[in-house]
Amino acid sequence: MEKIKERIEGTGFTSVSGYVTYVLREVIANIDEDEEEAFSKEDEEKVKERLRALGYLD
Amino acid sequence: MPSDTWTDNMQKPHGGKLVRRISESKDVGGLERIHVNNDTAKDIENIAHGVLSPLEGFLCRDEFESVLFHKRLPSDVPWTIPIVIDENEKKHKEGEEVLLESENGMQAILEIEDVYAYDNKEAAREIFRTTSEEHPGVKKLYDMGDFLLGGKITLVKGSSSPFEDYLLYPRETRVLFKEKRWDDIVAFQTRNPPHIGHEYVQKAALTFVDGIFINPLMGKKKKGDFRDDVILDSYKALLEHYYLKNRVVLAVLQTEMRYAGPREAVFHAIMRKNFGCTHFIVGRDHAGVGNYYGHYEAHEIFKEFPDLGITPLFFRSFYYCKKCGSVVNDKICPHGKEYHVNFSGTNIRKLLREGKKPPISMMREEVSDIILESGNPFV
Repeated sequence: MEKIKERIEGTGFTSVSGYVTYVLREVIANIDEDEEEAFSKEDEEKVKERLRALGYLD
Repeated sequence: MPSDTWTDNMQKPHGGKLVRRISESKDVGGLERIHVNNDTAKDIENIAHGVLSPLEGFLCRDEFESVLFHKRLPSDVPWTIPIVIDENEKKHKEGEEVLLESENGMQAILEIEDVYAYDNKEAAREIFRTTSEEHPGVKKLYDMGDFLLGGKITLVKGSSSPFEDYLLYPRETRVLFKEKRWDDIVAFQTRNPPHIGHEYVQKAALTFVDGIFINPLMGKKKKGDFRDDVILDSYKALLEHYYLKNRVVLAVLQTEMRYAGPREAVFHAIMRKNFGCTHFIVGRDHAGVGNYYGHYEAHEIFKEFPDLGITPLFFRSFYYCKKCGSVVNDKICPHGKEYHVNFSGTNIRKLLREGKKPPISMMREEVSDIILESGNPFV
């Protein structure tokens, strides 16, 4: 607990619970990212094609 | 094998997941059709393409109240501007599906999860910090119907846009930033053509990151604001002559201005986080109008969100100091006001309205030429 208090000093987080909630949210977000619908190589190529056509990519 | 859309270094979407709610094959036959205006259509398309992640639709009551009173969703994720759709009478109920369609061709299915009344004066006080109908955002709120519909949307057909060639959504900008090998990207939000002060802020920020995402807002504005096409053309002229092509991306964001000052500054930052940006420039009176907000209140509000996930870069106003011989601000210039030339938007507008070019100490000639060639550049 003391270590967490030291860690959050000067960061803008005003409570240990607020910081812990933020960390847990980030951890869960990382798990969800693995489970989310895949952005296929084909989708990515289509995006790159559009970006090339518009001049954003060479 | 699915590709890695974002590397470990890439900015995560707000709330952790990039929303994508698009299905062109959904059957819309038999659904009641509800007309929405083009501004609501843009909100819907932004939700569908992940610009407003983690939102998957319009706010339900608990979400609306949480945003109003706590500036966070019930999940505790920071969120400062309610995204809502209204109706005049309570015509619909939970469980219904309707087709929303707009003049510019957008079609989306709304799965109604909640229908609720709200106190518009209370909402005005919380969002805009005023209940005065003189405030354009408050007026719009008071003109809305008495009931709000909450629920998820699915985009079935996108609208046509006059800015198609500069319209990028988060999936595209993330691929673009990855291809450019940019890890740190600063976003610049604007609703005006660039003057020297804007250019200076952008370039100062750019020195600390890999690239800058200049993202002008195209959408409903108030009388006297610059036309969207003029803003885009003026930026194209500036970038062509004064920026390194491999350090800047120019693309538009289609959404309306709310003029909610500090709350809208956070909202603007969240949207650019979803585009993949790691930093966001916040200047003087960001998203302000008239004198409703303090000049730098939009800087202070970010202290409430240490978990926002995008780093605000706060800039005080720049001006030209004749004694320093350069563009400066009050943090770095020790000289009196008699030496200062302000980049006043009001003065620039006045000169352009009179058909005159602002001095080159205020605005690049290539930019003012574009503006003057457009005829009447104002809404």
